[in-house]
Amino acid sequence: MTNATVSEVPSVLDPEPSARREVPSYDVERIRKDFPILARDVRGRRLVYLDNAATTQKPQAVIDRIIQYYTQENSNVHRGVHYLSELATIQYENARGTVQRFIHARDIKEVIFTRGTTESINLVAQSWGRANVGEGDEILITAIEHHSNIVPWQMLCAEKKATLRIAPVNDAGELIVEELVRMLHPRVKLVALNHASNALGTINPVKRIVAAAHANGSLVLIDGAQGVPHTTVDVQDLGCDFYAFSSHKVYGPTGVGVLYGREALLDEMPPWQGGGDMILSVSYEKTTYNALPYKFEAGTPNIEGVVAFAAALDYVKGLGLEAIAAHEHDLLLYATARLEEIQGLRIIGRAAEKAAVISFVLEGVHPHDIGTILDQEGVAIRTGHHCAQPLMMRFNVPATGRASFGLYNTRAEADALVGALHKVIEVFR
Amino acid sequence: MSDLRELYQQVILDHNKNPRNFHEMPDATNRVDGYNPLCGDHYTIFLKLEDGTIRELSFTGSGCAISKASASVMSATLKGKSKEEAERLFDTFHGLVTGDSSGLSAAELGRLAAFSGVSEFPARVKCATLAWHTLKSALDGKDEKVSTE
Repeated sequence: MTNATVSEVPSVLDPEPSARREVPSYDVERIRKDFPILARDVRGRRLVYLDNAATTQKPQAVIDRIIQYYTQENSNVHRGVHYLSELATIQYENARGTVQRFIHARDIKEVIFTRGTTESINLVAQSWGRANVGEGDEILITAIEHHSNIVPWQMLCAEKKATLRIAPVNDAGELIVEELVRMLHPRVKLVALNHASNALGTINPVKRIVAAAHANGSLVLIDGAQGVPHTTVDVQDLGCDFYAFSSHKVYGPTGVGVLYGREALLDEMPPWQGGGDMILSVSYEKTTYNALPYKFEAGTPNIEGVVAFAAALDYVKGLGLEAIAAHEHDLLLYATARLEEIQGLRIIGRAAEKAAVISFVLEGVHPHDIGTILDQEGVAIRTGHHCAQPLMMRFNVPATGRASFGLYNTRAEADALVGALHKVIEVFR
Repeated sequence: MSDLRELYQQVILDHNKNPRNFHEMPDATNRVDGYNPLCGDHYTIFLKLEDGTIRELSFTGSGCAISKASASVMSATLKGKSKEEAERLFDTFHGLVTGDSSGLSAAELGRLAAFSGVSEFPARVKCATLAWHTLKSALDGKDEKVSTE
């Protein structure tokens, strides 16, 4: 738990029967009307979309923003002197401002647009990492990372003869913070961990870890792919050095992400990709690189994606981040309680601080079979290893089913999930 | 529910629960691992090949009902078959689960017919064919890992 917004809502272990209380003043039925896809049928049934940790659906405001861009504003940015180019540039840079305010970055220069969380992490590994990590150094990650916060560091460590260390988790799926702190020593150059786990929902105490890492002289990168959709993020309050996240997990388009970095660090880092936009002047003898943030944005960016991403952030801000968090927490408690009624169902990941993500296994039925049968009932969940194979090994399961809730989900949809799981049991028993 | 019953036919549920030839084979002549990284299904196929004939066939591993039943039915079907017959059945089975079953007779299919429902579930074709792809590699005498991705 990293900030007041979420810590005010009761934890999963709260003995109070708050699971039976609806959250007032959050009109989920009205909100659902903003998402046209939620009205469609799949396989003859109304869609129940519970795969929000994979990607979220998009509100009409985001869809409209893309249409508006291509019908009224389309041009390349930072290039032309003509009207449309200026307009596109203004919209693109305004979006950067929207992101800056959303994550409370100190300066607009600290917001770099990328293709997504994965590219943001790779940028840090390739640019900062190659310049600052050497033989014998260590990168410290945790046992609940997904592949995109494992593999870039493995690649860096292999190249630099550095070592990747893994801080363990307990059986509830919570990071053992004392162990992580014990593993901090002077050779640890960077701690990279997620804000919230996509596979188990665990919310990490990132602020505490940042403080411990900084006391040790280590930098901290937070993989916020699941943090931004579920909590209020204040990068200055967290004190992190890098924060990476994706647009599409927070109701914006795919193909857009953000790397936040502290200005002093970004300034020192060498450019990663070369090309247009990231240069000031080019001759065959010498190229002068552009200033932040453009130094890290080579080539024509995903302009319509960026402006529609800003529309998504405006949309969720309009609903209220605290209200969304409270609604999702209600769904987490309610769905957890309903799922626990199913005999033979075991929830993997019982962290006290959890985002609305529930991983589970059903005795005698492989998750892949669960996924197929649920799909026939119109219920979309993720089944598999959730791009977190080492984590699956830690919990001794080949895969899990995962229901992940978003701002538009309802208790009735949690009920539909439970009903469909009874169908699974019917087929297999 | 009808499509589901087509997919999860009794034969499949039975072989999933009680897989046949589900054990290691220390004296196997060929042994290959098969892996589907998408869902984590993972099997090892053991073969005892003598003079181009499959004398013994067993498997170990874990995965979904479709993949496990497929490995089990395959092991029961191919015991005693020649390499050529096994390869022909591979093609037959592949046609069946991808919806190209034209010209296949019930006699040819035998127990394999239980997998006809898979063709309605394109996402599950790889589950049904994992063991077969692994077998094919074992028959060819390869011993590297097979992946369906």
